[in-house]
Amino acid sequence: MAFDNLSDRLQMSLRRVTGKGRLTEKDIEEMMREVRLSLLEADVNFKVVKAFTKTVKEQAMGEKILKGLNPGQQVVKIVHDELKNIMGEKAAPLTLNMVGITKIMMVGLQGAGKTTTAGKLAYYLRKNNNLKPLLVALDIYRPAAVEQLKTIGAQLNIDVFEMGIFEKPQTIIKKALDFAVTNGNNLIIADTAGRLHIDESMMQELIDIKDILKPEEVLLNLDAMTGQDAVNVASSFHEQLNVTGAILTKLDGDTRGGAALSLRQVTNIPIKFMGVGEKLDQIEVFHPDRMASRILGMGDVLSLVDKVTENIDEDDMMGLMEKMMSGKYNYNDFLKQIKMLKRMGSLGGIMKLIPGMGKALKGANVDEKQTIYLKAMIQSMTKAERKNPALISRSSSRRRRVASGSGRSVSDVNRLIQSLEQQTQMMKKMGSMDPSKMNSASAMSAMRNTPTKQKKGKGKNRNRFRY
Amino acid sequence: MGFFDKLFKSKEKRINAQKYKLGMSKTRSGVFNNLKILLESSTEITDVLFDELEELFIMADIGVDTVIKFVNHLRDTVEMKELSSPEDLKEIIIEEMFKLYVKDEIVSSNLDIKNDRLNIILFVGVNGAGKTTTIGKVANEYILKGKKVLMVAGDTFRAGAISQLKIWSKRVKADFFSKEEGSDPSSVMFDAIKYAENNDIDIILCDTAGRLQNKVNLMRELGKINKVIARECVGAPHETLLVVDATTGQNGLSQAKIFNEVTNISGVVLTKLDGTAKGGIVLAIKDELDIPIKYVGLGEKIDDLEHFDIEEYIYGMFSGIF
Repeated sequence: MAFDNLSDRLQMSLRRVTGKGRLTEKDIEEMMREVRLSLLEADVNFKVVKAFTKTVKEQAMGEKILKGLNPGQQVVKIVHDELKNIMGEKAAPLTLNMVGITKIMMVGLQGAGKTTTAGKLAYYLRKNNNLKPLLVALDIYRPAAVEQLKTIGAQLNIDVFEMGIFEKPQTIIKKALDFAVTNGNNLIIADTAGRLHIDESMMQELIDIKDILKPEEVLLNLDAMTGQDAVNVASSFHEQLNVTGAILTKLDGDTRGGAALSLRQVTNIPIKFMGVGEKLDQIEVFHPDRMASRILGMGDVLSLVDKVTENIDEDDMMGLMEKMMSGKYNYNDFLKQIKMLKRMGSLGGIMKLIPGMGKALKGANVDEKQTIYLKAMIQSMTKAERKNPALISRSSSRRRRVASGSGRSVSDVNRLIQSLEQQTQMMKKMGSMDPSKMNSASAMSAMRNTPTKQKKGKGKNRNRFRY
Repeated sequence: MGFFDKLFKSKEKRINAQKYKLGMSKTRSGVFNNLKILLESSTEITDVLFDELEELFIMADIGVDTVIKFVNHLRDTVEMKELSSPEDLKEIIIEEMFKLYVKDEIVSSNLDIKNDRLNIILFVGVNGAGKTTTIGKVANEYILKGKKVLMVAGDTFRAGAISQLKIWSKRVKADFFSKEEGSDPSSVMFDAIKYAENNDIDIILCDTAGRLQNKVNLMRELGKINKVIARECVGAPHETLLVVDATTGQNGLSQAKIFNEVTNISGVVLTKLDGTAKGGIVLAIKDELDIPIKYVGLGEKIDDLEHFDIEEYIYGMFSGIF
């Protein structure tokens, strides 16, 4: 396959349009073929694809497009708006009770990621909404599922209620409700067993649990890699349980995630969260509008901003930046910067959120180990050396000492020195740049020559912050 | 007369196919009943009909490229044989789909298990595909055949994964080897092979942690596991099975491609075919990468695992249209 994802493919098909001054009907036809194929390859349900291409085509063929000064841009906008339209305009929040206990029920097929997501959600709501969660183990069928939830609870220091595998889930949930009251929990997340949506007796069990629990939220966990069947699964769960929202899991894979597109269109279930990694803090609020931008390759700048502000003290950041701009940047700052980036999570993950970066990084993998090496080298320096980078760059014996102290080679140390210098220079340049001209293309080319990839991200972040 | 009759004339096959039929009943009624209606309501073979066919195959999650190729091939065949009635298309569709999978070769669903050596089978796949459950079922099959089977808990990452496999080992009475959670999976494999050599084991079934194929470091870890196994036992792993969830869409192809680069996949296990999912992506995997399907998972019970049989698979999918 020539194009690896929906965003590439759409970009490719749209590029043909963007390059022209005027659109012919043939152009639109050709473009819609590409859009149709790419959406199908992305696992978007074929009915949704049909409706989508039809709407876009109608809008593009209308006079609207011909009147415009830049028809290509208008088509991009129509496609983008329509994608947004299908996925729902706004991020749908969870219903949380201000007083009393909020009850959430996790449902889905086997292997969708319910147990992990239950843990993630508990962690997320404790952190962001200050709730005291109780995880309830209702999967008595899959071997060791209870243990899995217990382990996750222990890792996060979150209460877990379980009664082994010999009580019925209906009994367990009843007891769990009582327990939550005496234990002072104001959030219950029930982890049910995975089941097929066509398994009547198992679906009945869910209905029973729902009747007892009376949850505010019934969340369908859906694997982002699901194909055409996503719609059947979702409508079936929805019909029987009246699902209030969906969580799209494993979205950190290379799946094109078309299930997200079809889900809402066909079933009207809003997607509320997405799982973006195996670690228990890797859950994010799902923003349908941003997802549309991401599909179109416009990046997900807003998500990035959220992520960064959540994890980084802005004053710290500004202080660092000023230092950089003034050229007084040293190894202590460098170290601080690495730590900040680490707190934001996987480098690769962040890069993908930056417009244009997904493409630039293709094939070039961000090596997270590099940051560990960098840290080791800096920590092998004396305090004086860290403060005054010139000491290191002037003395070869110091460089040798740092190299052997950190277990790296002298050339690695040289590269570190080089990247510090280049970064300082780059930042100086950026400081003098006109913000209005800072589009992603020029910023990218300015940064492309830096030796370690990590700097690309930093420079870019900084820039986003300022303006 | 027809190919279809030839295909299913043996009674035994028919009975075997019942299980597929049962598992895939929704598959048929969902997609291929439409096919039946479509074929019966059309009076001639037109481009519109081919377009509709294309959509139906895409609905079955058969990869887009494979579908386009397949439909083009159908067009050529119809032209060559000068067919005009949509009824004739039925047989051609089944025949061509069979050929697409078999490609004039002998495709076996048996595993490369030999009596005079230690056999090592490695199970890989993305998170939640059903690796651990499949191992339990495969172990059961070989234990019933009188083999001494060792299950190795190579998923040292996911919470509860080790105990999950351990419970399976007790259920099927297999030997079990594990180290503590968080150990390097390669070292687990290394020690497990030593254990197997000292304990007269015939078959080692190695579980691994689920990993998304775009996670470079995790794929490297898998490469290392593979390397360690190959170093400690000549010719091993004798089978590397990629476990694919039947609900998986086009991403299944990407999984097969990338896992195959790292570990040399010898076969696919298609799990959860008892739902409404069509699992058609396996046809694309066979078509594009020539990786055969070895097993089909049809439920949660210990014996809900069948050797893959293309004839039964096609029968399961298509019997509704006749």
